[in-house]
Amino acid sequence: MIVEVDGLGKTYGRRRVLDAVSFGVPAGSVLALLGPNGAGKTTAVRILGTLTRPDGGSARIGGHDVVREPVVVRGLIGLTGQFAAVDDRQTGRENLEMIGRLRHLGRDGARRRAAELLERFGLEAAADRQAQTWSGGMRRRLDLAMSLVVPPAVLFLDEPTTGLDPVSRSTMWTAVGDLVRGGTTVVLTTQYLEEADRLADRILLMDQGRVVAEGTPDELKAQHGGERLVLAHPDQGAAASAMHLLADGGAIPGPDPLTTDLPSDGGAEHLRRVLDRLHVAGIPVTRVTATRPSLDDVFLALTGTAGSSTRAAARVGVPAGVATANREGQ
Amino acid sequence: MTAPALPRRRFAVLAESLVLVGRSIRLSRRDVETLVMSIALPLMMMALFVYVFGGAIETGGAYLTYVVPGIVLLCVGFGAASTAPAVADDMDRGMVDRLRSMPVAASALVAGHVVASVARNALATAVVVAAAVAMGFRPDAGPLEWAAALGLLLLYVLALSALAAGLGALASSVQSAGALTFFMLFLPYLSSAFVPTGTMPAALRAVAEHQPITPVIETVRGLLTGAPIGASGWAAVLWCTGLLIVSSAFAGWAYRRRTHR
Repeated sequence: MIVEVDGLGKTYGRRRVLDAVSFGVPAGSVLALLGPNGAGKTTAVRILGTLTRPDGGSARIGGHDVVREPVVVRGLIGLTGQFAAVDDRQTGRENLEMIGRLRHLGRDGARRRAAELLERFGLEAAADRQAQTWSGGMRRRLDLAMSLVVPPAVLFLDEPTTGLDPVSRSTMWTAVGDLVRGGTTVVLTTQYLEEADRLADRILLMDQGRVVAEGTPDELKAQHGGERLVLAHPDQGAAASAMHLLADGGAIPGPDPLTTDLPSDGGAEHLRRVLDRLHVAGIPVTRVTATRPSLDDVFLALTGTAGSSTRAAARVGVPAGVATANREGQ
Repeated sequence: MTAPALPRRRFAVLAESLVLVGRSIRLSRRDVETLVMSIALPLMMMALFVYVFGGAIETGGAYLTYVVPGIVLLCVGFGAASTAPAVADDMDRGMVDRLRSMPVAASALVAGHVVASVARNALATAVVVAAAVAMGFRPDAGPLEWAAALGLLLLYVLALSALAAGLGALASSVQSAGALTFFMLFLPYLSSAFVPTGTMPAALRAVAEHQPITPVIETVRGLLTGAPIGASGWAAVLWCTGLLIVSSAFAGWAYRRRTHR
């Protein structure tokens, strides 16, 4: 584990923004901290980036404690914050060369590295214009490039695409995807499920300072959403009969009055059994739809639309393992 | 797994400071509005005081000769004050976070802002003095007096810039950072910069004679024009040194207060 986080806590005033958060990130993988505003994602990243001191627990990057050895940690990481931290009145090239020289690459080394990064991120054409004339997407890419001047062992991206238009977002995703294929370990925070789904190997779902679920995107969908079958019937009588017949299988009324909705394991065998039973009972079915939950469903189920996340988490049944793992960190 | 820790190079802080000094100077140079204002304002004030008010003010000699040191101090205060919005901007827009997440000394950033402030002030002072000479100002200072006057001004600029850097770190926005430095621009009026303190009401006069700018002005005036300095010399050096020490400590405190959360 190149990133090890154990029971991390942080309180601002009376607000507990991080509560016993624990996780690990294997080298070369991507972890997404996913959650709504105020979930504690940014605070977690700021602690890992040595910008904020935790008031409980510990965090290590490459084996070095972020509180006791911040200078060592800073040499290992790259951090790109929520807002493009570039100098508006410097050109893209000057911004990059400045970082290279601050990292002691020397004048020539910094110049070469800046040229490489400008090319890699498609910023050559605008390289010698002041960044204040650049688009939001270009500034974000410059911001990212500035975090990569010395290739970091771990790259932190705090909401890398918030506020970007779809095209810029897609460009940013490609850039991050390329980095990951190149072996960079990435920890990113996001409010966008699509982003987590697309970029991350593992997702840590956070709400109100706590980890409410963890797993691969597929695991989360399977655990917290579950696949479902929706059966469409020609008339309400058939729908009612199907509901009655399949009640033991957890059938409930579907999205419209002529449908029945029941949980499934996603396998063909289950579907055949259901259809056989309906056929034997003479209940007509006109169409069958198998739905896989989106991460949106998981997100909504676990964080709730508003208010008590604890109740929402209990309702869908967070696996005991996840809940216990979080407590243990304390 | 434990990643290897890279040792810091011996002159790392110096090299980092130089890079950030270059950055701050480049940013100042490109902030044309602020730069033009910091030169135009003192020039306009000088013209105003010399040609409009000057004729009615009795200083016991040519008013131009009397007022130039005051104008230089006003100019220098303005230049130093613009350090505050520059620092606030870095705090606000993530550049401080970027540098803090890198193995770069925090002092290098402050050094960058303060040295750039000195450079801005050197330029503005040179323009103001040149304009004064064109208007008829004839300093009778020798090289030694000039060196002493510039040395004192440098000390004064460093102290004010450090104070402005601290205020910039403390301010919640770039706008309020500008407002916080208001007194730096106001204080010269409450001194012997433009009129002798003798005509002020007693209470105001006590303030004017015991605030740090008056001894600095009296000393610079004495060095450049041969007016008597008296005890002002030591008072000026002590004030500036004390102010520099206190301002630096304040700037460090304000920076930590803002960043250690």
